[in-house]
Parts: sequence; C-alpha cells; structure tokens
Amino acid sequence: MGLRTPLFDEHHRTGAKIVDFGGWDMPVVYSSIIEEHNATRSGAGLFDVSHMGRLWFKGAGAKNFLEHLLTNRISDLQEGQVRYSLVLNLQGGTRDDVLVYRFGEDYLMVVNASNRLKLIEWFEGIRPSFDVTMTDETTTSAMMAVQGPLALSLLQSLVAARLDQIGYYYSSITTLLGSRAIVSRTGYTGEDGVELIAAPEVIVEAWSKLLDVGREQGVRPAGLGARDTLRIEAGMPLYGHELLESVDPVQAGLGWAVKSKDKDFIGKDALLQKNSERPVRVGLELEGKRIAREGYSVRSGGDEVGAVTSGTLSPTLQKSVAMAFVDPGSRQLGTQLTVDVRGSAVSATVVRLPFYRRAIH
Amino acid sequence: MNENDLLYARSHEWLQIVGDVGTIGITRFAVDQLTDLVYVELPPVGRALHAGDSFGVVESVKAVSDIYAPVAGEVIEANQTVVNDPSLLGTDPYEKGWLIKIRIPAGTDTSHLLSKSTYDSEVVNAH
Repeated sequence: MGLRTPLFDEHHRTGAKIVDFGGWDMPVVYSSIIEEHNATRSGAGLFDVSHMGRLWFKGAGAKNFLEHLLTNRISDLQEGQVRYSLVLNLQGGTRDDVLVYRFGEDYLMVVNASNRLKLIEWFEGIRPSFDVTMTDETTTSAMMAVQGPLALSLLQSLVAARLDQIGYYYSSITTLLGSRAIVSRTGYTGEDGVELIAAPEVIVEAWSKLLDVGREQGVRPAGLGARDTLRIEAGMPLYGHELLESVDPVQAGLGWAVKSKDKDFIGKDALLQKNSERPVRVGLELEGKRIAREGYSVRSGGDEVGAVTSGTLSPTLQKSVAMAFVDPGSRQLGTQLTVDVRGSAVSATVVRLPFYRRAIH
Repeated sequence: MNENDLLYARSHEWLQIVGDVGTIGITRFAVDQLTDLVYVELPPVGRALHAGDSFGVVESVKAVSDIYAPVAGEVIEANQTVVNDPSLLGTDPYEKGWLIKIRIPAGTDTSHLLSKSTYDSEVVNAH
C-alpha cells in the first residue's frame, strides 16, 4: 500500500480506480477519462494533487539558496508571485521541474511526488552552506486543483480573496471555508483555474462542497488519466516522460525558464557544454486515431530519428497527438515523419506546441 | 444476447455459437477495465484463425490490448460499425459491440472455455 492523500476515502467511496503514482495511491479515473477531460474544458474539473511535494524554505539565506538551485530567477519574485523552474543535476540533466511561491522572506516549492524524497536528500546536502531551514509539509497539508472556465466563479463563494484579482501565476494567502489557505492562479491543464493548499480537513470539505454545488453545472472530479490528456493537449512536459535526469531543459523546449546569461545555478556549466545535435522535444500530429505511445520509434524515411515520450487521442481536437524527442534535423514544423505503431508506419507531421490553447476572454 | 448462453475465455472474450457460426466479442468486465475505447482493429474476411491467435486490437486512452480467438475458424464477417465508432463497444459489448463472426469446423472442442458463472467467480471476482 502506498501513501494516501486526505481525499483517498472520498475517491474510494465514489468508485475511482486507484493506481500507484510516485508512491501514492491515486485516482486514475472516476468514470471516464474523456468525460473528465471534457468537463474540465467546458465546466470545471477537481483534481486531488495532495501527492505533490510541498517544501518550505525559510531564513535569511532562503533566497540565495533557491537562486543557487534553480535555473529560473528567484530574486525578482514579487509578493505572492509563482514561477516555474527546473532543478538540475551536475551534468545539466533535470532533477525535477517545480513551482516556487514567494511570501515575504519565505518560499514554498511544489515538486513532483516521485522526486520529493530524492530532492529533500539532495537539498539537505547543500543547505548547510546557506542560512536556510527546509520543512516538508506534504503529509500535514492537502492540495487540490480546480480547473476550467467555471473554476473561479465556482470557488469564489468559499474563498475570502477576490480570485479574479489574483494574476496568472500569482498567489494569495487567504481563507478557504474560514481556514488559512494558499490560493494560486496556476494549473496543469491549459485552462484557467486555481490550486489550493490548506489543512487536510479543509480541502476535504471544500472538495465535497464544490461537487455538491457544481455537479449540475458540469463540475466533475478528474483523475490522473484526464490530468495526463489535458497536459498533453497543453503541450506541458511530465517528469519521467519528457523530463529525466538524462534530459536537459533546453532540449525539452524549456530554455525560457533557464537564465544562463543572468545568473549561476547548479548544472549551468554542464548545460552550456551540451552537444547542439542532441534530440529535441517536438509535437507530432498523426494520421488516423491510433495512439502513439511512449517508446514508439519515430522515423524519417527508413531511419530512426527519435522516440515518442507521451501520446494520446486528443479528446478536444479528436486527433492523435504526441510529444517526441527527435534529432534536430527533423524538428522543423511541417516535417513529415512516421511513427512505428506496433509494426505499421503511421504518418506524422511535426506541429507547433501546445496542441490546444484556450480562448482568452 | 443472453450472457448466460455465452462461453468465455480467461482473456475476456465471449463466444456465441449458432450452428457453425461463432460470434466473438469482449466482456463488459474487459470494457470497464479498459475505459475510454478509441480504436478497434479487426481482421479481413477470409483470414484463418487458430485458437489463441491474436485477431485484433482494442485501444483505450490508457492501453492497448490484443483480442484472441477463443476457438479456431475462418473470419466471415467483421463489425465495421464498431471500427467506425469504438464507443459502441463500451456501451453495448454483447450486442452492437460484437467484433467478428467466424465459421467453426465441426467437432470443435470448447471444453477450455468457461460458463458465465465460472468466468464471474474465477476471473472477474479474482481481480
């Protein structure tokens, strides 16, 4: 048995299929991945993301410590601002991709569940050179995401802060159902929405209330299956697939979050030495409805030029889409390739990421 | 189709035999396990199948599964309606969601296949 989030009983009671994910027993689907996906695009989806690691860094050296660890800039974060960043190893490969929140002199880092213990051990080794404390609040708090066009209006009655006044990738310490909570305008679906961090019992109560109030408007709990198809459509990488210890952020198309010119960080020297011929992440659109799955070979003519890292039949676009790492010679938009789908060569075109972009109102 | 009259394979195919024609599909349990079917591939008419041969593929958002022939026979019809709309398999696996019909040789042994109650108790409930 793996770790269980405070919402586990709720998932179990509502018939969710449970799988192991990063050491946690998590809901992969409640009724149908496609229904949960579509509910998130048209109404709102509720996601239990309590398995994500929540690490607090406090003390006079916290800012410099994070600046040293992270590829993106930390020192210019505004109050409540949230920033995406990579943590690299000494070889320039990716240890994790994380979000960092600033509250005064304190910083919260949200990390992937599967990397939490690895990061804690590694950070502990570096921490003594800085005046900083690290506290892991993963199992003493809970976290949920509310994502979709109805997310803000649905949630507003439970939260004190004006949600439409919180900017994209900003957060606020406020109250949820009267108890202290962090609300951020962030997510992993390509929709507008928020993520909430609060005490376990507060998140459990908010989850039930949001479903009670929202079900008729099309609000649904959504599992890891829908989370995966949503993030693929949104062109977002997932650690373990597009990001690995052996994959650096520049080849993964995340160079925008790497500030090599402005600052030093662990892994920078190795990153700058990387071979420019290494494979790069691209989006592929396949002919037909077969799914290009992780590990399938990508070919140009008869030659293998790369491999698929994630793929799905996009519920929104009704197209077979995939992310793959290919040799730079095959990266140009419009390049015609094939994917070996269990012995048959299926035509694929290199297309721009993301596959799906929401309409901005 | 009465589920009690069908024969079942441990790999979750069902078989109905009427005269020398066998109709093959996959069970409700299999469909529920797969969830969100998006692609079905079936063999051409005329293909000769041995018992245990993989004759097709069903893909869901999550996974790819082979479908196996419960008995030997020659394919005489494939359900193109399900190929065009795989969701039919999810909603109606025993009627509109049938997959293929095969011509079964006389004297075919079906003793390795299970009854509905045995399939339910030994395969479904064992999960």
